[in-house]
Amino acid sequence: MASTPVAVDRVSKFEKLCSILEHHGHRPSGLIPILQAVQHEYQYLPEEVLTYVAMSLDVPPARVFGVATFYAHFALEPKGKHVIRICDGTACHVKQSLPVLDALHDRLGTSEKKKTTPDMLFTVETVACLGACGLAPVVVIDEQVYGGMTPERAVALVDEIAALEQCGPGTPALATKQRAAEEVHA
Amino acid sequence: MNTAIQPTLTIDGKTVAIEGERNLLELIRKANIDLPTFCYHSELSVYGACRLCIVDVEGRGVMGACSTPPEAGLKVQTTTQQIREIRRITVELLLANHDQQCPTCPRSTNCQLQSLAQRLGVKKVRFKPLHQPVPLDESSPSLVRDPNKCVLCGDCVRMCSEIQGIGAIDFAHRGHDVAVKPAFGKQLGEVECVNCGQCAVVCPTGALTPRSEVDQVWDMLADRTKTVVVQIAPAVRVGLGECFGLKPGEITTGRIVAALKQLGFNQIYDTSFAADLTVIEEGTEFLQRKTEGGTLPMFTSCCPGWVKYAEQYFPELLPHLSTCRSPQAMFGSLVKAMLPGQLSMERKDLKVVAIMPCTAKKFEAQRPEMGVNGDPDVDNVLTTQELAHMIQSAGIVFEALQPESFDMPFGFYTGAGVIFGNSGGVMEAVLRYAAEKATGKKLDKVEFQELRGDSGLREATVTVNGSQLKLAVVHGLRNARVVAEQVRAGKGHYDLIEVMACPGGCIGGAGQPVTTARNARELRTKGLYQADKMLQLHKSQDNVFITECYAKFLGDIGGEKAHHLLHTTYQSRRRINEEVLSLMQSRREDKVKVSVCLGTNCYLKGSQHVLNAVLRHGEETGRENRLDVRAGFCFEQCEHGPNTMIDGEVIHHCTPDSTIELLNTRIDNDPPDRK
Amino acid sequence: MHEGLVTLETGTNGHAAPAQMRRVIICAGTGCMANGAMKVYERFKTEMAGSGLNVILELRPEAGDGEVRLSKSGCQGFCQMGPLVSVVPDGVLYTKVHSDDVAEIVQQTLVGEQVVERLLYRDPATRKSCRGLEENPFYARQNRLVLHECGFLDPEDIREFMLHGGYDAARKAFVEMSPEEICKKITDSGLRGRGGGGFPTGRKWNAARVQSSTKKYVICNGDEGDPGAFMNRSVMEGNPHSVIEGMMIAARAIGANEALVYVRAEYPLAVARMRRAVADAEGAGILGKNVFGTGLAMKCDVMEGAGAFVCGEETAMIASIEGRRGMPSPKPPFPAQSGLWGKPTIINNVETLAHVSRILNQGPEAFSSVGTKDSPGTKTFALTGHVSNTGLVEVPFGTTLREIVVNIGGGVTDDNGKISKGGFKAVQIGGPSGGCLTQDHLDLPLAYESLRSVGAMVGSGGLVVMNDRTCMVSIARFFMEFTQRESCGKCVLCREGTMQLLALLDDVIEGRGDAGTLALLEKLGHAVQAGSLCGLGKTAPNPVLSTLRYFRQEYEEHIFEKKCRTGRCKALLKPEILEAKCKGCGLCLSSCPTHAITGEKKKPHHIDPELCIKCGACAKTCKLHAIEGV
Repeated sequence: MASTPVAVDRVSKFEKLCSILEHHGHRPSGLIPILQAVQHEYQYLPEEVLTYVAMSLDVPPARVFGVATFYAHFALEPKGKHVIRICDGTACHVKQSLPVLDALHDRLGTSEKKKTTPDMLFTVETVACLGACGLAPVVVIDEQVYGGMTPERAVALVDEIAALEQCGPGTPALATKQRAAEEVHA
Repeated sequence: MNTAIQPTLTIDGKTVAIEGERNLLELIRKANIDLPTFCYHSELSVYGACRLCIVDVEGRGVMGACSTPPEAGLKVQTTTQQIREIRRITVELLLANHDQQCPTCPRSTNCQLQSLAQRLGVKKVRFKPLHQPVPLDESSPSLVRDPNKCVLCGDCVRMCSEIQGIGAIDFAHRGHDVAVKPAFGKQLGEVECVNCGQCAVVCPTGALTPRSEVDQVWDMLADRTKTVVVQIAPAVRVGLGECFGLKPGEITTGRIVAALKQLGFNQIYDTSFAADLTVIEEGTEFLQRKTEGGTLPMFTSCCPGWVKYAEQYFPELLPHLSTCRSPQAMFGSLVKAMLPGQLSMERKDLKVVAIMPCTAKKFEAQRPEMGVNGDPDVDNVLTTQELAHMIQSAGIVFEALQPESFDMPFGFYTGAGVIFGNSGGVMEAVLRYAAEKATGKKLDKVEFQELRGDSGLREATVTVNGSQLKLAVVHGLRNARVVAEQVRAGKGHYDLIEVMACPGGCIGGAGQPVTTARNARELRTKGLYQADKMLQLHKSQDNVFITECYAKFLGDIGGEKAHHLLHTTYQSRRRINEEVLSLMQSRREDKVKVSVCLGTNCYLKGSQHVLNAVLRHGEETGRENRLDVRAGFCFEQCEHGPNTMIDGEVIHHCTPDSTIELLNTRIDNDPPDRK
Repeated sequence: MHEGLVTLETGTNGHAAPAQMRRVIICAGTGCMANGAMKVYERFKTEMAGSGLNVILELRPEAGDGEVRLSKSGCQGFCQMGPLVSVVPDGVLYTKVHSDDVAEIVQQTLVGEQVVERLLYRDPATRKSCRGLEENPFYARQNRLVLHECGFLDPEDIREFMLHGGYDAARKAFVEMSPEEICKKITDSGLRGRGGGGFPTGRKWNAARVQSSTKKYVICNGDEGDPGAFMNRSVMEGNPHSVIEGMMIAARAIGANEALVYVRAEYPLAVARMRRAVADAEGAGILGKNVFGTGLAMKCDVMEGAGAFVCGEETAMIASIEGRRGMPSPKPPFPAQSGLWGKPTIINNVETLAHVSRILNQGPEAFSSVGTKDSPGTKTFALTGHVSNTGLVEVPFGTTLREIVVNIGGGVTDDNGKISKGGFKAVQIGGPSGGCLTQDHLDLPLAYESLRSVGAMVGSGGLVVMNDRTCMVSIARFFMEFTQRESCGKCVLCREGTMQLLALLDDVIEGRGDAGTLALLEKLGHAVQAGSLCGLGKTAPNPVLSTLRYFRQEYEEHIFEKKCRTGRCKALLKPEILEAKCKGCGLCLSSCPTHAITGEKKKPHHIDPELCIKCGACAKTCKLHAIEGV
């Protein structure tokens, strides 16, 4: 039955939401860490979840909306499965990060306004300096940092992921993410 | 030298004493220099964003006057070449991102951006027009939000949250995308706005304005098949003159009547008459509650902003609200019940227009319970501002009008009805009635000075017939929240509480003329007390037409007919009543709707376990297509928690097992073919 | 845990290490990790074990026979050359090490005591290979005080930090010194804030100390948002305990018992390392209810930012911590008077705090013995852009730009990364709030005042080198776009002003500028500078004003000659079909949506610049690359 995994997922996410709120003692001052944790759980900040957060912190929903839209890291719309972030810090910029961005937009049919592909596989966005200026220009795909990018290399990376997605859905992305996670936490 | 005692500083070379001013701006204004500002309001927190009140402080450079505390010895320049240039650039920058449709703007001629551009000599905007038009928000019955005019000073945001304690609108987004809007970009009519319109009062431009019903009223007046009667609220008479160059507080009752006649209204009545009626009903209700052990304290109910606020945030206190309709509503209901018979006409041909200082009255008039079979008791509500527009539009020279008198009987009123227009007035009027009724003796001293004043939260104890009444008068909904929370917590022990949403009461309503005079509220209040003084009668019970009305039409005070026409009921409008998060959806018609309350109280009592059990059960038994499960918020039956609502019925004291058992019986009871 | 450490020999602040064990140190900063440092580390583990070496992964008081310790360090600052592997005490630094190189290093260097020549850094100027830090001009010419430990200590091992004198200064501050004494020492040292304006740290602390509040806060500003600066990331990743120690001393100095590190969200590794360090310090009883047995409590939290540059501004950061939109509020009141939750609060930059323990340990004189009179001590610059050696450079204040760019940085490079003699054009210092320095400033000693006098600022210390192929108008636009995007939108001058500055720069870049454009740019720039509410707005026009000051001619070329000397401004290029290359195939002709191209078959075509909209469609179809400027 198709609805089952969705329901299970919703329930476990909701339980997590409750425990996040509890962890922060339902205090409005914890709004930002709460939203971060919620986004981690849901991948973005759905309106109904934000309303629930507002209610349980006893703050107006408009304020929660205001905070959620102020910070660049909060997404009010779902992102693609693979998030490609191009650093547009000064060092990357002077080392020609824009052509890399253009190449990715070209390859995926995305744009500055339309950041996510219709199949929800990729999201392309620029980020403020990642502090990896020594490797400029830098692209981060699913938390994995790639330095010394060129338009060709970036497109090749995307091709690789797209190819993996076609032959075995789900697994490669997980593997990439796990690898990245291992490297960060090791 | 007395400089040691009296600290001073220099403003544009002049020595000015520091006398407890909170910031340089106040001090500079005291020195009679009108520094421009969009975002400074003495009653709101300092924001410091418009950068217009900048001054040059020697040794420190350019600073915002609003945010700089006065310090002895500072040398302040309010205008230098540099500062003049910055101010002008600031206004140009705002204009470059503004739609500049000034002639058709409702705030044209009293817009601060417009007047400042003139004042600073902006002849040309040197910058690129960057304005991107956005649609208006006309969803609210009371207000129109036009983001194209917004200068992002945040006055409305701070007013809504700091004075009214609501926060229906806030800043969203960042940088050049910043906008003031309700949560999730919804429309004002869809959120918790109580329509008080105080945002529009502080708005320096036309970004928030009262919604105009002038055109509908013109149409009505032009329709010869309709008889149009009009009622004017007490506060209108001390405000309207401001639109015609008179001082705030100047009483213009007679000229308003004359103007309304000239505009073509058939009968001109006074809401103060209905206020007298309210006093009788509300006073009687209060005495009954007091003597018969009813729910106390009793809150007044004439302010529609407060009523919606209570319905939203304190539904558990609704039994504390007087069941009396507001004077506007009583008037409409009574007139539409009485006049058609008297004038041998059909109800549908009688139209009632109300002239109000208030934007929330527009919402009140549209409440379904304030009408008969969909025909509203009050057809249209015009604000003081809208009436001024009609007068101006008709070319009537208001200042030259000869005063005229109201029509009878609904144009007859006492001073008690008139002071309804200012904070503390309803309380005082009710006391004038209740004191006499309770003692059976004539009340000579009608003025209750202890209830008057400007403070947003006043308390007084009055002895009536040997027993002490503890009273509270509040204005501003944030103050109302303080008192309501006390009542909810069983503290305070008040008998009667008057609440007005707007600072100062109705005289400070959002329908009143836009003013920059800082003492306008004070003067309007003075005007109303003056009007009371000038009248011969000061107690509602002395209004002979009211007595006659009961005798000939209404029957007993608080009786069945009076109740039917003059009282009302309330409904909980908690922002989210039951459905917050959908966790399991079913599209089937025979679905069982389950909503488990996860409000703080129920949550603490373990409602989450109930919810989990329901969801698990649904999955394990393969019934997820039959169940529609939601996490709810509060069913306001906290004392019985954990609560679960199954198909609209609230089940108290749920446990996982009991809930599942109940669900099973519901599902199993169905005929098998529907499974 | 703390007790166990007592037996360890305690060194004094990192200089006299205990009995020297042979060590292989893998740099585990963000840069090296991105290039595969963890793979290298794992490979070392297996290769060393396989070669009969006694691999030690844990910190030990004394070395046994044949024992070699393998450890990770924080960022060593030479990111471009990563992954970096150093062997001590041999004094060998290998660069760009691949996991396949590990076997060779183990056999040659660890077993055979030989150097693997090909993995050494080669000085691009002299073509000489450098064995260790001493020969490597990038390191040898620096004065690494704050950074030294980052490249040496295992950032995830509190014991190693303590073994090298860590938390001695905090202990001293809590046990032996009064708040007044601490403030005096810091004031005497002349330490100034490393994060931006350079406000004297001692004065800031004193202002908070004299407030009579029972609750005060210390906040560490790790919201390093300047694009092109990463020294704070490096310190938080490489030596997180030095930051905690600095905060403890600050807290003791002002009478606070709560501290908070605000780290920007783009630095996940720094967040993780700071959190771990706090947990370890709590575990060791250093943070907690009874600090050093004084009965004083000290609590430390780590908060992750959510992506807003403006939160680096003190009052905006406080708003963000309080769960609000990160919009600055007017000062006064200053945070030292009324900050977090309305209580006295000091906010110090990461690098500033990392200097603090050294000042208490070695005395204010030692600190101020380097640097200049008004700008004492060392400062870390993030050297990036068109320069041979990019990375973190810690030098005394007063060092010249030439020393940094030419000697330490190894010189300017062209677009292909080759050394370009005479290719230097400018340096942007201080990120989007700073200004540019030119050829004329190469011998300017870098310090707070000297930089301010030429219209630039130290800022957070980003140094972006630009070669002669860089268009200065475009660079000004890049920074303007950044601040415009990051403006919180609160005050009119910043919100609308930066947008209009950007529009004016677009006019210049796209050929719409006229004589009035530059005058208006300057007027508006000065108004935004003087009138904005916070530091972000007040410094936003700096890149424009400073490029206008030093490269006015370039602006004028754009405006009056409609020409960009670097060819980077596409709108100013003249569309052209090169006759020599065009074979008249006609492909471009049919692709042009505005019929701007004409020509006969098999003859060179022509393009009408008036009709051309520069959509680029023709260039895409042309197989001979004969079309330019579209």
